[in-house]
Amino acid sequence: MKYNDIILQTVTKFISFLIFLFAVYIFFNGHQEPGGGFIGGLMTSAVLVLLLLAFDMETVRRALPIDYKLMTAIGLVFAVGTGVGSFFFSVPFLSQTFGYFHFPVLGELELTTTLAFDLGVYLVVIGTAMTIIQTIGEDK
Amino acid sequence: MSNWLILPVLVPLIAGIVALFFPKHVTAQRTWAFITSLILIGVNIFLLTYILSNGIMTLELGGWEAPFGIVLVGDSLAVLLTTTTALVALPIIYFSFSTIGVEREKYYYYAFFQFLISGVSGAFLTGDIFNLFVCFEVLLLASYALIGHGGTKTQLKESFNYVIVNVVSSAFFVIGVAYLYAVTGTLNMAQLSERVGEAGSEPIITVIAILFLIVFGLKGALFPLYFWLPGSYSVPPTAIGAIFAALLTKVGIYSIFRTYSVIFNEDTAITHTILLVLSAVTMIIGVIGAIAYRDVKLILVYNVIVAVGFILFGVASLNSDAFVGAIYYLLHDIVIKAALFLIIGALITAAGTSKLSGMGGMIKHHPLLTWMFFIAALALAGVPPLGGFPGKLMLVVGGAEAGHYIVVAVMMVASLLVLYSVIRIFLQGFLGEPMLTHAEQHGSIKAQMPPIVFLVALSAFMGFGAEIMYPFVESAAETLVNPRAYVEAVLGGNS
Repeated sequence: MKYNDIILQTVTKFISFLIFLFAVYIFFNGHQEPGGGFIGGLMTSAVLVLLLLAFDMETVRRALPIDYKLMTAIGLVFAVGTGVGSFFFSVPFLSQTFGYFHFPVLGELELTTTLAFDLGVYLVVIGTAMTIIQTIGEDK
Repeated sequence: MSNWLILPVLVPLIAGIVALFFPKHVTAQRTWAFITSLILIGVNIFLLTYILSNGIMTLELGGWEAPFGIVLVGDSLAVLLTTTTALVALPIIYFSFSTIGVEREKYYYYAFFQFLISGVSGAFLTGDIFNLFVCFEVLLLASYALIGHGGTKTQLKESFNYVIVNVVSSAFFVIGVAYLYAVTGTLNMAQLSERVGEAGSEPIITVIAILFLIVFGLKGALFPLYFWLPGSYSVPPTAIGAIFAALLTKVGIYSIFRTYSVIFNEDTAITHTILLVLSAVTMIIGVIGAIAYRDVKLILVYNVIVAVGFILFGVASLNSDAFVGAIYYLLHDIVIKAALFLIIGALITAAGTSKLSGMGGMIKHHPLLTWMFFIAALALAGVPPLGGFPGKLMLVVGGAEAGHYIVVAVMMVASLLVLYSVIRIFLQGFLGEPMLTHAEQHGSIKAQMPPIVFLVALSAFMGFGAEIMYPFVESAAETLVNPRAYVEAVLGGNS
């Protein structure tokens, strides 16, 4: 049986970018305000799941040839790495610090070491969610 | 310096993460796992000697001060247990090389194994009851993956039971933590100890204590919550069964140690009586199972349950001798259960079956394995001067001091029956008429001998070297009997 999913596909092409942008926004919004790596990651994997639903697994894999297991591992390196950094500065494990930096266009911004940790969480969440969904999806 | 305290958690964690990057290179996986376990042992032994000379070590994660942030507390009990964990992990990893199968090794076996060790060490070290829950989840997730790893039919069936039981008990755990927070307003174990002390004998505290007993009883396989254990520990490959039997129930037991000595130490009339009765019944049920079954793996699995009863009897007696005994027995049980599981694994490899009736005369072709089993069996039963003896002796002394003569008697009988259950394997499986000629053996076990010899030697050291071990164990028992030292180390301004 062939579904007519032209509406879903058209909408997906358009809306997945919006969701992804919002996910990035939520990710950077974290730390002081609601947001962060976990929700950002979940939202990004929602985009990917939407793509999987609208198109099929092969198409998505060709468009985004990502090994999600590897992504999880890289995320873990980021998350644990920020903790390990504390050994070199002889402060308690998982300590964080921040500073203000000037960027062209964007202006003065606060950067924290927690951002690197959050980036790790972001990658781990996407990696794990997509590994699980692909494993279930592939099972015939 | 205090950052060192995170290393027993961090080393296996990093080892596991790195192992994720090259899953298909089996040789590299093996070498990496082996080297990192060696490092883990070194780190732990260093910490242990440091703590013995400098007292309890604390680490406030992220620099957040004690009652507000998350603390790791390294007292001798915690670090003794992480050290034993590391000492047991290494031989089991070595044993996996030749038994677990290349397919499993390619699918992240060593990574999951390391994550499990990381979670176990974290649970021992944490000084925060919510973080204890988190570490439980870490080790449980790794164990879910390991128990179904390879995906044979029986494994999947039992892993389903295992997951359901643990999800339910984790839910109860969170409920218990929430109750505790509602009543006391803190989750830091040291502060909990103070606040519960101030609350005195309010009934709600007893209710929470029982709730925690149910949770940890489920994880630690205490009667009547042991029903999930025999199936789920006997179906996975031996190496996985060994690490489960050696460590997982012990984490539950350790949690009972901690909560029932540091937190719920005010009103002991109800809680510790329940614990006493349950520990006695656990011994009886476990030993009945151990005698009744004719499958070598199941005989061992039921012996795991008996040990839970023995150890918790020490907690129920609530005096210094009993705690020394319980800790000693706990440490030795980690080692000896791992040793026995590996021996049985080798036995099953050679005989090709786990049914006792299908074995016989193993001594003819495997004399070393036979004698290793004989020593391990005697050590398990606590025959002096082997490893199980000092612990059992102190348990009996402590139990008698507390006046629990009936349970002491039950324990003695149970010990004899434990001996009977394992000697039966010796007589029938190792001695007796040879069933197979050398050519008919189902597999070579040469590669499996070094870890077995190592573990049995370790167990023997715990018996012969009891003098050397004693100061460590005594200082570990000290924090349980007198939680003040623990509370002061965490809250008393050495931040």
